[in-house]
Amino acid sequence: MTKLKTQSLHKRESELAQTNRQLEILSNGIFKSGELPKFKDKIAETGQFPLRPKKLEILQINLGYMCNQVCEHCHVDAGPDRKEIMTRETMMQCLDVIKNTGAHTLDLTGGAPEMNPDFRWFVEEASKAGIADFIVRSNLTIIRANKKYYDLPDFFKKHNVHVVSSMPHWTRGKTDKQRGDGVFDKSIKALQELNAVGYGMPGSSLRLDLVYNPSGAFLPGDQATMEKDFKKALKEDFDIQFHNLFAITNLPIARFLDYLIASENYEDYMTSLVEAYNPAAVENVMCTNTISISWDGWLYDCDFNQMLELKVDSKVKHIKDYNEDLLNDRNIIISQHCYGCTAGAGSSCQGKVT
Amino acid sequence: MNNNYYDPKDLKKFGDITQWSEELGTKFFDYYVKVFEEGALTAREKALIALAVAHTEQCPYCIDAYTKDTLQRGVTKEEMMEAIHVGAAIKSGATLVHGVMMMNKVNKLDG
Repeated sequence: MTKLKTQSLHKRESELAQTNRQLEILSNGIFKSGELPKFKDKIAETGQFPLRPKKLEILQINLGYMCNQVCEHCHVDAGPDRKEIMTRETMMQCLDVIKNTGAHTLDLTGGAPEMNPDFRWFVEEASKAGIADFIVRSNLTIIRANKKYYDLPDFFKKHNVHVVSSMPHWTRGKTDKQRGDGVFDKSIKALQELNAVGYGMPGSSLRLDLVYNPSGAFLPGDQATMEKDFKKALKEDFDIQFHNLFAITNLPIARFLDYLIASENYEDYMTSLVEAYNPAAVENVMCTNTISISWDGWLYDCDFNQMLELKVDSKVKHIKDYNEDLLNDRNIIISQHCYGCTAGAGSSCQGKVT
Repeated sequence: MNNNYYDPKDLKKFGDITQWSEELGTKFFDYYVKVFEEGALTAREKALIALAVAHTEQCPYCIDAYTKDTLQRGVTKEEMMEAIHVGAAIKSGATLVHGVMMMNKVNKLDG
């Protein structure tokens, strides 16, 4: 068993902190030898190469890589030691885009987006734009991390924010193994506080969804069944309620790639992803309806490409030059990590895609 | 022939058994898939039964497959180990209950 690290790959100066090294690993070995097909060739079999965007539906903005947790599988390589934070100037550029976008969903993520000192200002301003679905991805423990965050449930409620939170399991052991000691108890407390202000209750318009991702080198089970199991256990054990569960596949990048290699699971895991490849999932993969914006304003096809520093293949590469029509006329950049989004029922920040 | 009787790679070749007997092989796999569908028992419960039986049958392929399968279904390691104990208890119980047969025989011959 591997021990949970307490520092990011960047802080540890791991070679995997270099994105070109990650891309090299993903292109060599079993993919170079032809033992497994490259993603490009796989989607070409069904005439889906090059992958092209459809209508833009989701603007996902990463407010920074700083986080109060150091989760084992974090694809962002987030942690307390990461200092990359979106400035108010970049936020203002984002607000201009939010006011004019055709996207119906705004999705704020991190790190822990709440740790950005301008987070509340940004939420207040962004909520004025009248976006239909305004998501904040909250890791839950941040709500209990410090007194200054205790009122976050009320703040979210005030701005009708849709809260989406990670919860790897309904048991302490599996949760803390992946996310760190004490995370389970704090998460339970935070969920109870969200419930107390109305989040996640049956019929409530205050949406509370949970994200499940596997605790190790295996794929997620059926989303609907997992949701049923989560709901039963959290209700019976802690009187907690939530709306939907999104089952997300761990993508082989950053800390999860590091874990796969260290635990000698990389080849088997990639084989599992390729064997579970589903062309129907390619049809709805999230990079076809999402633009991901990094803390420093660069544009990406998805959050994963952002973490691999693969900027969009477009004349428009930065939020300051944002042009939705021009941006939508591009080829999506792919590599072998994309198999993570097309395995089984597919995977996206909104859960399964088929 | 390999130097080992078991090779993990052979698990992926399981479907090949249809090659030399297509009708029976296909019927088996159709049955197998149907058995594991959600029914009066949940697929999760069935996976745990399969894991326990995999151990009592001491089938390395099945242990490999159903350990992964139960993990994917969110089963905890405590639940997995308890399931194996159920299998072990039945195995040892099945041995020990035959002790009554031995006792009957002893009582008849030397009682």
